[in-house]
Amino acid sequence: MLSQLRTMWEILKHTFTKAETVQYPEEQPYLSPRYRGRIVLTRDPDGEERCVACNLCAAVCPVDCIALQKDTREDGSWYPEFFRINFSRCIMCGMCEEACPTYAIQLTPDFEMCEYDRQNMVYEKEHLLINGVGKYPDYNFYRVSGLQRSFKDKGEGLNEAQPIDVKSLLP
Amino acid sequence: MPTIFVDGQELQVKEGANVLEACLSAGIDLPYFCWHPSMGSIGSCRQCAVVQYQNAEDTNGRIVMGCMTPVSEGARFSLNSGSGADQDIDNAVDEAADVTTVEASIDVPTKVPDKGREFRQAVIESLMLNHPHDCPVCAEGGECHLQDMTVMVGHRDRRYRGLKNTHRNQYLGPLISHEMNRCITCYRCERFYTDYAGGTDLSAQASHDHVYFGRHQDGVLESEFSGNLVEVCPTGVFTDKPLLKQYSRKWDLQSAPSICTGCAVGCNILPGERYGKLKRIHNRYNDEVNGYFLCDRGRFGSGYINSDERLNYAGVRDFNGEFSAIKGGEAIEIAARWMKTQEGAKNTQKIVGIGSPRASLEANYLLRELVGKEHFAAGFGDRESQVIHRIAAILKTTRAKNPSIKQMETADAVLILGEDVTHTAPRVALGLRQAVRNKAYELAKQAGLAVWQDAAVRNLAQDQRSPMIIVSATETRLDDIASQTVSLAPQEIALFGHAVARAIAGQPSDDAAVNEAAAALKNAQRPLVVSGSSMLHSAIVDSAAAVADALLADSTPTDSTPTDSSPTDSTPASCNSMLSFCLPECNSLGLALLSEEQETISRLLDRADQIDVLVILENNLSRRISEQQINKLTSSGIRIIALELLDNDLLASCDLVLSAASYAESEGTLVSSEGRAQRYYPVFPEAYERRASWQWLLDLAAASGHSELAELQHFDQITEACGASNDLFAPLAGVSPDHNFRSHGQKIPRQTHRASGRTAINADVSVHEPLRKLDPETPLSFSMEGLNRDQPASLTPFYWSPGWNSNQSLQKFQSEVNGPLRGGPVGQRLIEPQTNGISQSSDFTPLRIVQKGTWQLVPIYRVHGSDELSVRTAEVAELAGEAFIAISSELAAKLEVVDGDGVKINLVAAAGIDSFELSLSVKILTRVAPNCVAYSAGYSSTLALQPGALAQLSKDPDWQRATPQLIASDRSSHASAPQNNRPSPDTDIDKGRDRGEPPHV
Repeated sequence: MLSQLRTMWEILKHTFTKAETVQYPEEQPYLSPRYRGRIVLTRDPDGEERCVACNLCAAVCPVDCIALQKDTREDGSWYPEFFRINFSRCIMCGMCEEACPTYAIQLTPDFEMCEYDRQNMVYEKEHLLINGVGKYPDYNFYRVSGLQRSFKDKGEGLNEAQPIDVKSLLP
Repeated sequence: MPTIFVDGQELQVKEGANVLEACLSAGIDLPYFCWHPSMGSIGSCRQCAVVQYQNAEDTNGRIVMGCMTPVSEGARFSLNSGSGADQDIDNAVDEAADVTTVEASIDVPTKVPDKGREFRQAVIESLMLNHPHDCPVCAEGGECHLQDMTVMVGHRDRRYRGLKNTHRNQYLGPLISHEMNRCITCYRCERFYTDYAGGTDLSAQASHDHVYFGRHQDGVLESEFSGNLVEVCPTGVFTDKPLLKQYSRKWDLQSAPSICTGCAVGCNILPGERYGKLKRIHNRYNDEVNGYFLCDRGRFGSGYINSDERLNYAGVRDFNGEFSAIKGGEAIEIAARWMKTQEGAKNTQKIVGIGSPRASLEANYLLRELVGKEHFAAGFGDRESQVIHRIAAILKTTRAKNPSIKQMETADAVLILGEDVTHTAPRVALGLRQAVRNKAYELAKQAGLAVWQDAAVRNLAQDQRSPMIIVSATETRLDDIASQTVSLAPQEIALFGHAVARAIAGQPSDDAAVNEAAAALKNAQRPLVVSGSSMLHSAIVDSAAAVADALLADSTPTDSTPTDSSPTDSTPASCNSMLSFCLPECNSLGLALLSEEQETISRLLDRADQIDVLVILENNLSRRISEQQINKLTSSGIRIIALELLDNDLLASCDLVLSAASYAESEGTLVSSEGRAQRYYPVFPEAYERRASWQWLLDLAAASGHSELAELQHFDQITEACGASNDLFAPLAGVSPDHNFRSHGQKIPRQTHRASGRTAINADVSVHEPLRKLDPETPLSFSMEGLNRDQPASLTPFYWSPGWNSNQSLQKFQSEVNGPLRGGPVGQRLIEPQTNGISQSSDFTPLRIVQKGTWQLVPIYRVHGSDELSVRTAEVAELAGEAFIAISSELAAKLEVVDGDGVKINLVAAAGIDSFELSLSVKILTRVAPNCVAYSAGYSSTLALQPGALAQLSKDPDWQRATPQLIASDRSSHASAPQNNRPSPDTDIDKGRDRGEPPHV
């Protein structure tokens, strides 16, 4: 008896507390930038696609929902010919983002991706690629890697010495 | 077997091995870079450092290099434990230490930091100083020995903050990509390319940290084995350029055990597929055949499988003469209707079949059974048929051993009759390059050196080699290691061979060269005679058999223990003479054994009027018979049914074309020139309506009411029936397990456990994942489920082991370093030497006397260009270049031509040869037999030229010199003009959704 009364009292007490309900979607909740929502492909500060099609995101994906194929630009650099994420399988675990060596693939705080047709959950590169650097404003993989690019000759990268002249006898 | 102690563990190791080999054979991981199982040790990378202790009491020890330290009885080493004490003493120490240190008892190896381990960490840190930060864009990533070793050693953080060295890359041709920044200077590339494969144009340049591996200038790598650099290089300096164009990581490649179809050697390969495209071919180790290496035709010559010219659907010719694609079932119905009508008329003469030396044994067998033995032609050209059947007959009766490449490598004298082995059986030539080193191993043995002391053995031997006598019409790629080269016309080569045979038997010749060759062979313990079909001259083949036979008659029973580390040679002492033949295509020998009757295509054509239906199995007849014969065939009103993979001219005149699957999409058995039957398995499911030839033929047999064949339903049943049809084929069923085989209760997976994208690959078509393709015919599955472990070696789909992602993981599949695979031998030898063979006749008279002013045509072969299918690969076609005529410099001076000029060839009419005129580009050779000129055989423009035909030559004044062309994309890495690659903002969004907006940051 006492227990039942106490229960009723406890519940009635809540009549006077502030409501937690948010008027979504008119009112949007705050989500931290590292919230794991919709996946995007970002560009580097020079505006080029960051993704180098290394396949690490696809390899690490626990549900195998990423498929891509590497292609080569004229200067020999790599980029994905296609890049597909099947969001109907994605579990937003963020392991692809962790694996990405170029900060290309990033998870965003956007979680509003419901669809009536499951086929629409398949995102291709044109749906994934954004015009921004995402969470990492400065990083440009090709500036620090040893590979030659159209905008960067051998030896012009970060921490690189000028190319060695094989024919020189000097030490 | 000495006993050594490694980290207190007692190991029984092989006598004469080094510590690195001993550890790897025992399954202990010891990092290494410069050591290679087949190239020995040079101790240059310092990565396999271990600590050696004087005795059990020694606690200090000293650092030695594992690859340079021979094992000795009771020697003590530590890799990780930091102590040379054996297990008992170690435990005693632990007990004495009591329970005070819990960590110590949990983590024994780090109780005392091991000096060797620290040293190895320091070494890899210094090797990594200049290594660039580009693994994501490196084709080696994911199968990189450097990555594996770095992780294994435990080096994680770069402390070096200085500038990294950079190097300019070179253009090395369409097959190999070069990125010199990644080099860790292990010298493996140069040691393979120069020392092992005899290449001359790749070298180590400059010194200290400027060392550079490349050519003296940009250009195509000359060696026929350059592709092995991809696998030999422990990191990504040399990578597979065709793979790079459509790159996929190793873990994403679906692969299956396969056999190379580039030539008759039967190298074992591992083709890798992704997205329905064959991406690359890697070596599959077979200790008796190809070992660790492949030739470039085998590695890069399968691009035709992805060609747009592949036939995807069956096609039938309409009444208006045009082809239209039809369903496979319809095609079978049509074919059966044609074939049935004939049977109804009770005329069994009317269906004939032409087999193919590039189709599987099963498909050829089915066709033979379908049409009947007497109506089945093997599908060789006339002269080819004669030579290949002769070779098959010799192999069936000879007492000499038809050796595997491993056995050839033990030969201490080699006679090559009329064959440029490097171009007709490339992997054999690489073996012969090792055979001449037996002299060096002999010297090393005398000096007390181990054979794995590579630098020391080479230094000791310098230019001393075992004798190799090359008798050929033109210069060969093995001339640089030959002790004696003789240039003779084909019929004279046969005479030379017979003279050598007589000289061995005790009748010296007048020719000093003959006597010299005979003496060299006679003095050898394990002489090897190599000949083949390339000259299309059966007298040469006979003479080779005569030499091998004479050597056997001559040989006194001697102990045949090889000098190098292959004591498995169990052949009787009387069988130490070896006889090997180079054959043109992957199943030439199998087909020759299958077609006992010497029914040729021309004999079939002679009775063309009696034929109603002709079934051609994967055979482009324009390469076998003359144009007139083709015209006769197509105008005779015969209904031609062709099974083919690639479009070709002949198909235009066929009535029904069935789209056959390539070797990468079907299963089959091939018989190599060694007489080894080996199975290949589909790497990926057939796309479109391509089907294996055996499936087409089986359906055809069922539909046309063939009662015996209608009982067969599965591939294994065909193999079984084929094995039962002939005593020689009895071992066929044992070549590989049947489709019921299960390993650990499951089929063997073709995909790695890390294969990615399963739920996304087909999502663009439908988000609903399709059922994976089933494979009822083989013990393998198109899946990642199952274990790649403990199965027979003929079923190993890829090499991978925990911690060993690169191809070096192979050692985990070997019973010991350089030893046979754990899963037993791959393939079954069908032909063993006979005890009482027929002796070959030594009589032979030359057939043709060359008239003055005319030149005898001899064929010359090219790794890239002479093969029918591989040349349909873009990169190979580029390397093949155009057809040429090779002449001596004297003749060139007489004709006033230089390299690249045109020469008009006028064929002199003779029996079976019509007068004919043709212009070809000139190539000047240093060595051509007198009165001979060589033409590039197998090129489409030289198909009309016949070996042995006589020709008049003159300079072609209207000849247009070909300008050397390079594929532009190959040069792209040297482009320096900066481009604005900024893509336009993505406005192209379908499905009316805005997915391109920036994220909320």
